[in-house]
Amino acid sequence: METPLTNNISPGKEPADLRQYENAGGYAAVRKALRLAPAEVMAIVEESNLRGRGGAGFPTAKKWSFVPMGDDAPRPKYLICNADEMEPGTFKDRLLLEGDPHQLIEGMIISAYTVQADVAYIFLRWAYKLAAERLESALAEAYRQGYLGKNILGSEYSLELHLHVSAGRYICGEETALLNALEGKRANPRAKPPYPQVSGLWGKPTVVNSVETLCNVPHIVNRGAAWFKNLSRSADGGTKLYGVSGRVKKPGLWELPMGTPIREILEEHAGGMQGGYRFRGLLPGGASTNFVVADQLDVAMDFDSMQVAGSRLGTGAMIILDDKTCPVGMLLNLEHFFAQESCGWCTPCWSGLSWIEQILQGLEEGSGQSSDLERLQSHARLLGPGHTFCALAPGAAEPLQSGLKHFGDDFHRHIREKRCPWR
Amino acid sequence: MLSKQEKQQIEAKVHHYPNKRALSLEALKIVQEHRGWVTDEGIADVAEALQLRPAELEGVATFYNMIFRKPVGKHVILLCDSVSCWIMGYERLREHLTTRLGVGLGETSVDQQFTLLPNVCLGACDHAPVMMIDNAHYQDLDAGKIDEILAMYRQQDIERADGNTTDQ
Repeated sequence: METPLTNNISPGKEPADLRQYENAGGYAAVRKALRLAPAEVMAIVEESNLRGRGGAGFPTAKKWSFVPMGDDAPRPKYLICNADEMEPGTFKDRLLLEGDPHQLIEGMIISAYTVQADVAYIFLRWAYKLAAERLESALAEAYRQGYLGKNILGSEYSLELHLHVSAGRYICGEETALLNALEGKRANPRAKPPYPQVSGLWGKPTVVNSVETLCNVPHIVNRGAAWFKNLSRSADGGTKLYGVSGRVKKPGLWELPMGTPIREILEEHAGGMQGGYRFRGLLPGGASTNFVVADQLDVAMDFDSMQVAGSRLGTGAMIILDDKTCPVGMLLNLEHFFAQESCGWCTPCWSGLSWIEQILQGLEEGSGQSSDLERLQSHARLLGPGHTFCALAPGAAEPLQSGLKHFGDDFHRHIREKRCPWR
Repeated sequence: MLSKQEKQQIEAKVHHYPNKRALSLEALKIVQEHRGWVTDEGIADVAEALQLRPAELEGVATFYNMIFRKPVGKHVILLCDSVSCWIMGYERLREHLTTRLGVGLGETSVDQQFTLLPNVCLGACDHAPVMMIDNAHYQDLDAGKIDEILAMYRQQDIERADGNTTDQ
C-alpha cells in the first residue's frame, strides 16, 4: 500500500531539509510542471479526480478552472493555502506541515503555476508554532535554491510565497473570512458570489486550497492521474489522512486508501474500543458532521458514500462517543464551541446558536422539558443551509439534528430524571 | 510610541503585503510580544504606524482571541475545551487547574504567574487532553502531570530571577 503524503514523514523527527527532500525525488514535479503549459497541468489534476480535502470535496481542477486566465486577467492573482486547522477533533494538517514542509511548498508552486498566480500565502493558525518555524526555514531554502522568487529555475514564471501566521478564531478557516483576516480586517465571511476565484484577496482572482489538497499535487504531476486513481478504493482519487480520537485503544492518524470503510479504520488501525467502554456513535469528519451509529460502520469513508449514508467525510477525523460519555453533554460541548466561534455577523447564527447552547445547558442540568426537544429541532432546521452567510451554522446543525435522532432516549431520560444520568 | 525594535520587526514584514492595513495583526502580535498585552497605548501606537483609525484597529484587535486587550500573567495557559479533550477528561483537569492556581477561567493568579484561558481544539486530539503554555504544547495530561509542569515553570522563573539578581 502506497502512502505518498506521509512517505517522508517520521513523527517526532526533524523533517527533510531541501537536499534530503530532493534526494527523495522532491521538486521533480515542479521541473516537470514548468515544462508543461498551465492547461496541461490542469488536465492531469482534473483527470486524477482530486477532490478538496478541506471537507467539502469540491473537485480541485474545477475550482482552479474559474480563475480568469490570459493577458487580460486582473493581476496580481493569488493562491492561498488554508492551514488554519481548527476543526475540533482534527489533527492531520499539522502532521503534513511539521513533517514535510517542502512537500506543501512544492504543491503550492505547481498549483500557483497552474492558475498563473503571482503571490501565494500560507495562512497558518497561531497555535502551530513548530510548523511555523519549519515552514520559515523551508521557505528560505526554497528561495535560495531558486524554486521561489523571480524566474523559477530559469523559466518565465515567478512566484512570491509568504507565511502569514494568524491570531486565532475558528471562522478564519472559512475561505472568505480567511480573505478578510489576511487583509487585516475582522474575519467576517463575505457573500458569495462573487467567488474568490473572480474577486478574492484585495478584489483579485484568488484560489484557496487546503494543506492536504495541495500536498497531493506534486505526486499527481509526478506519477500521473491513473496512478493516483488506483491508490483509492472508491471513485474519488488518492489516499486520505484518517484520524481517530476518543476512547479507542490506539488513537492516531493514518494515511489509507480513500474509501477505506469506517469499521476497518476503527478496529484495525485504532485497535477498537478501550476495555470497559462500548461504542455508541461517532462524528466522522470533525465537529460539523452528522453522527454515524453502529449499523453504518461498513460505509466507505469517501465523499459520496458518506453523503449517501447521511453524513459527510468532512476532515476524515473521527471523534468517538462511548457509553460512559453523555451524548447531551457532548452536544452541549459542541454547540458551546459553535456559539462561541460564531463571528457575530448574521443573526440566525449568533442568536440561534446561543439559544441552542442555553437549552442544552438546561437539559444537562436537569431543568429541561419535552418542549425543548421540539425547539432544538426547529433551531436545527433554521440553521440549515441557505439561511446564513457561511457554513458555520449549518455545520453546527449537523451533530445537533443527528444527535437528537440517534440519542432521543438519552434526552428523554434527562427530562424524566431531572438530571444528567452520567453525573 | 513604538520602540525601535517593534518598528524594525513590523517593517521586516512590510514586503509580504500590498498595503499597511494587512499588517494589523502582525503588528499587534509584535507589540503584545514586547509588552505582554495590547494596552490602549499599544492600539494607538500601531494605528498611527499603519495609518488606521484607532477605533478601526480596536475592532480588529478584539475580534481575535490571541490578541490580549487585558493584562495577562507571566505565562498564559491555554486549556483545550473542544470535544475530544472534553471526552478524555477536560472537566477534571479544569477543576484541578482552577484549584491549584486559585483562579477561574479567564483569570490571573494572585502572584501574576499564570493566566488560565479555555481554548478551542489545539490539534493533538490523539493525545487528548492537551494544553499549551506560552509556545509549548503539553499532551496526554492528568492531574499529576499538570502539577509537574506547573512546578517546572515556577522553578524556571525562580532560577531566572536568581540569575538576574546575581548579574546585577
